[in-house]
Amino acid sequence: MRIVMPVEQASSRGSIGASFGRSPFFLLYETETKESSFIENSALANPGGAGIKAAQLVVDQGVNAVLAPRCGENAAKVLQGAGIEIYKTSSRSIEKSIDSFVHGRLPLLEETHAGLSHHGAE
Amino acid sequence: MGLSELKVAVLSGKGGTGKTFITVNLAAVAGPSTYVDCDVEEPNGHLFFKPEYAAEEIVTVKMPVVDQRQCTGCRKCVDFCRFGALAYSNSGLMIFADICHSCGGCMLICPEGALSENEKPMGKVRKWVAENVHGLSGILNIGEPSGVPLIHELLSDMNDRPHPVFIDCPPGSACAVMESIKEADYCVLVSEPTLFGVHNLQIVWELVRLFKKPFGVVLNKVLPGEAMAESFCAERGMHILARIPFTQHLGLLNSQGSIAVREDEDTRAVFLDLLKAISKEVHCEATAHS
Repeated sequence: MRIVMPVEQASSRGSIGASFGRSPFFLLYETETKESSFIENSALANPGGAGIKAAQLVVDQGVNAVLAPRCGENAAKVLQGAGIEIYKTSSRSIEKSIDSFVHGRLPLLEETHAGLSHHGAE
Repeated sequence: MGLSELKVAVLSGKGGTGKTFITVNLAAVAGPSTYVDCDVEEPNGHLFFKPEYAAEEIVTVKMPVVDQRQCTGCRKCVDFCRFGALAYSNSGLMIFADICHSCGGCMLICPEGALSENEKPMGKVRKWVAENVHGLSGILNIGEPSGVPLIHELLSDMNDRPHPVFIDCPPGSACAVMESIKEADYCVLVSEPTLFGVHNLQIVWELVRLFKKPFGVVLNKVLPGEAMAESFCAERGMHILARIPFTQHLGLLNSQGSIAVREDEDTRAVFLDLLKAISKEVHCEATAHS
C-alpha cells in the first residue's frame, strides 16, 4: 500500500505538517517495502487553491491513503474523488503515525475545514 | 479637469472609519452627482439617500462546466489554472466554483472542447435616483467569494451618469478595493487620527501610490490632542484635505440615517470646503501632468 503524509522537512526524522495543502513536502511510503521518498509540494506558493493543486499532486502519485492531522474540504473532495482515504494522525511523529496506520489504529478523518485560501485578505 | 468630469474614490484601511459618511455627504453637497456603493458585502449608502425608485439588474459570472464524455483527462486545464480551480482523477474532472476567477482560460486551452460556460448569478446592481443624486449600489450574494466582477459591472455603469461620481470603496486594500479605485481620478483616504488609524492609513497610502493615483487625506472623528495621523501625514508630505470632528451630534445624525450636510450648516461648510479642496488638487494634478 502506498501512503502519503504532509511533512515539514524532506527527512524521515522530520514531523508531520500541520495542514495538508500548505505543507512544504510530502512523504511517500510503501508499506510493503518500507521504502520512502519525498516530493516537494509545488502548490505551496499558489495564491489560492493550494489544497486542490496539492491533492492533484498526490492523486498523480497513485497513492491509496493520506495520513494528516487535518485537511481542507477542497483537497478532501479531490482525494476522495480519486478513491483515496484520509486518516487522521494525532502524533506529529512520522514513525509513530506509520506504525499506528499499519496496525489499523488510525481513524478516518471525519471533519474537513474550510479552505485557507481567499481572494486577497480583507 | 473640472468637477463635472471627476471620479473620486473614497477608501480606508478598515471598516467603520467613515467612508460611507464622507462619500454620502460629498455626493449630497456636490449637487447633481452619482454615488456608487462598491462596498458590495454590506452596501449601506442608499439608507441615507432613501431613494423612492430603484431598478435591479442581476449580475452573473461565467463558470466552466465539463462534459465528462468528451474529457480525455489530458489535464491541460488543470495545469493551466493558476488558481487551482480544477482537478482531475479517475472520477473525472472536478471544478471548484468558489476558487474559479471566471477567466475562461480552461475553455480556450481544452483541446477536446469538453468545457463550456454557464452563467452563474453572483449579485445584483441596484440603480436608483434620490433628488439630484444618482445611485448605483452593488449587492453581493451571500457566500460569494469575490465582489470584483460585481464592482466591475457597477463601475461600467457610472460613465453615463451625472458627474462628479463618488465611489464608496470596500474597506482594506485587497482586489475589491483595487477594482474600485481603478477608474478614479482622485482618491480620498479616510483615517481616524489614532495609532490604529495610522496603521490602516498606511495600507491604503501604499495602495494609491502603487496605482499612481493622486490623493488626499480626510481625518474623521478628530478629537483635540490626538495627532498621530497628523504627524504621519506631515512626515510624508501627505495633504490633509479636511478634519471632521468627533461629535455626538454628527454621530446621532449618522445613526439616524440623516445626511449631515442637509441638517447641519457647519458640516455643510466643511464638506463644501472639502469638495473645493479636491477640485483644486485635481486641477493642480492635471496642470502638473500636462
